[in-house]
Amino acid sequence: MKRIIALARKEFLHIIRDTRTLVIVFLWPLIMLFLFGYAINFELTDLPVGILDYDHSASSRELIREATSSGFIVASEYLESRDEINSGFRKGKFKAVFVIPRGYELDLLKEPVTKVQIIIDGADGATAATVDNYLKAVMARLNLKLIEEAIGKAEPPIEARIRFLFNPQLVSANFIVPGIIALVLVMICALLTSIAIAREIETGTMEQILATPILPSQIILGKVLPYLFVAAVNAAIILLVGHLVFKVPMNGSWLALAGYCTLYLLISLGLGLMVSSISKTQQVAMMMALMATLLPTLLLSGFIFPRESMPLVLQYLSYIVPATYFVEVIRGVMLIGRNYFPFEAGIMFGMAVLLLAISARMFKVRLSDD
Amino acid sequence: MNTEILLKIENLAKKFGETSALKDLSLEVSPGKIVGLIGPDGAGKTTAMRIACGLMLPDAGKVFLSGVDVQAQPRKAKNHLGYMPQRFSLYQDLTVSENIRFFADLYHVPKKERLEREERLMKFSRLSPFRKRRAGDLSGGMKQKLALSCTLIHTPEVLILDEPTTGVDPVSRQEFWAILKTLQSEGIAQLISTPYMDEALLCDRILLVHHGKVISQGTPDEVLKNYNRRLLNVLSTDAASVRNALSKKNFDEISVLRYGDSLHIVYDTDEQLQVIKSVLSKLNMEPTEIQPSIEDVFVELLSSTESRAA
Repeated sequence: MKRIIALARKEFLHIIRDTRTLVIVFLWPLIMLFLFGYAINFELTDLPVGILDYDHSASSRELIREATSSGFIVASEYLESRDEINSGFRKGKFKAVFVIPRGYELDLLKEPVTKVQIIIDGADGATAATVDNYLKAVMARLNLKLIEEAIGKAEPPIEARIRFLFNPQLVSANFIVPGIIALVLVMICALLTSIAIAREIETGTMEQILATPILPSQIILGKVLPYLFVAAVNAAIILLVGHLVFKVPMNGSWLALAGYCTLYLLISLGLGLMVSSISKTQQVAMMMALMATLLPTLLLSGFIFPRESMPLVLQYLSYIVPATYFVEVIRGVMLIGRNYFPFEAGIMFGMAVLLLAISARMFKVRLSDD
Repeated sequence: MNTEILLKIENLAKKFGETSALKDLSLEVSPGKIVGLIGPDGAGKTTAMRIACGLMLPDAGKVFLSGVDVQAQPRKAKNHLGYMPQRFSLYQDLTVSENIRFFADLYHVPKKERLEREERLMKFSRLSPFRKRRAGDLSGGMKQKLALSCTLIHTPEVLILDEPTTGVDPVSRQEFWAILKTLQSEGIAQLISTPYMDEALLCDRILLVHHGKVISQGTPDEVLKNYNRRLLNVLSTDAASVRNALSKKNFDEISVLRYGDSLHIVYDTDEQLQVIKSVLSKLNMEPTEIQPSIEDVFVELLSSTESRAA
């Protein structure tokens, strides 16, 4: 025990004296939080749309009014000719264009079907899809209204009423904060632990430590505990900022959340230890830890991109990313208020046991032969 | 088992892939003795020491620290051991005192004893004024003294020092050896490696190691005495022309070796001496007979084992 404390104490001194790393460790997650929370916003409002109205009629103006009434899109440009469409897209003046042909009002009265063209900037796939869906809905509503005017009172056979549960306004922060916690925990634990161990091997201090009667498990614990603490403090800060500043709700139990976090931390530590036992220098350890944690967590866990929209191969791959389960669980606890996740917890527990067992076995008590 | 021998290494062998790092190395260190491993880089000194500390497993052979088998009971054995690796292995961002405390804790030294010993070690190594200084800000010599202090905090019976004075200035080297001599008088058994031949003379016993093999061993005097060849010193750096002139006389066993700004000519018989003198006088060089040093012995042994191998 005394040895573990000695190591942990020394590790704390390293952490505290290395102000640069300390600042990064505590500021970086907050910067991420604010970046994702404010700048990268999945909520669409005031989306600029160009209007090319050849008809200049009461009906065409009504169409535009109807489309822009919700504030979701705004008519930002009134175009004179088709030539302006491409240049407007290129200059980023709008994300979509309504083209109302000449004779629109007349057609509306005479013809069975009247055509309106909508051009959407497909470069930004996610936005394009939302705009597409929204405009289709607008058109459906308008159609219904026109039918009503023509044949009197009409009830649509089916009316879909969509309500978003658990995140009614689809606020990004609610979605992002849990994901950032998943990312930060795995990165601090895996990255810092593996670097800390690799540093001792690289500078030769590990040789000196191994020459003392210390047990491998004591080395591991002494190394891991300080970072566990740092990661926990960090997680608490993010949760608090998320809860107070970004108003992320907490519908489940804090205790359950702490439990799942611990499970996830253990997995991360196992990852870090495994990385450190196969890398000899800090550089290699850092690269490997980043590869093993940052990218899969960011891209595959469903933190930003929904897993359902991934190619099948990546979906399968996402099953071995610990964050996949953790993101699911933490969102469940915070947003839905569900505290029991037997399946996810079981898998995470299995991962933790497996990783820690492998890494403890792989930890070298002796110097390698080169 | 003779407990009077604190460090016993028996028939150690170690291969790294195809290359032999150690071949059948044996040695014993009694209390109050300093045994030196002398040899060039890559001779296998570090490997031998790492195995002795239980940091590496040998392919064959055994190591006993204070009678405890290092491979069978590594943790028990390590309690008797103080090891100072070749590289500076302390924490640069920790102060002198913090480094000492860290190692004291690893060895379960109680606080009271730790403070007493720290006090003594600091005085002894004259680091007292620098206790609050970070290890990274110490000079090379002070760093080595701090490293030594850290390995001594648990009062080990055996001290294994891997080239502790390499890269340290001459004054600090002298100071460092003065400390080792004091430890010797306290009965600590020391195994030390060094590339400096003058330090070899300060050991009680030396083993000359080359390619993992002991090529000569004994007290420094014995090693010198076993060397029965004779030496001439010439103030010249022109080894090539001396060798050239001598080669015409067909004496294969005469070798010419350069030492700084002079040449050492190794020979055996009076007859050879006459020939060498005549050759040198033609080159306007004045030879003087000298006593061989450890370095001469070593270089000569190396070149003869090399040529035998070839």
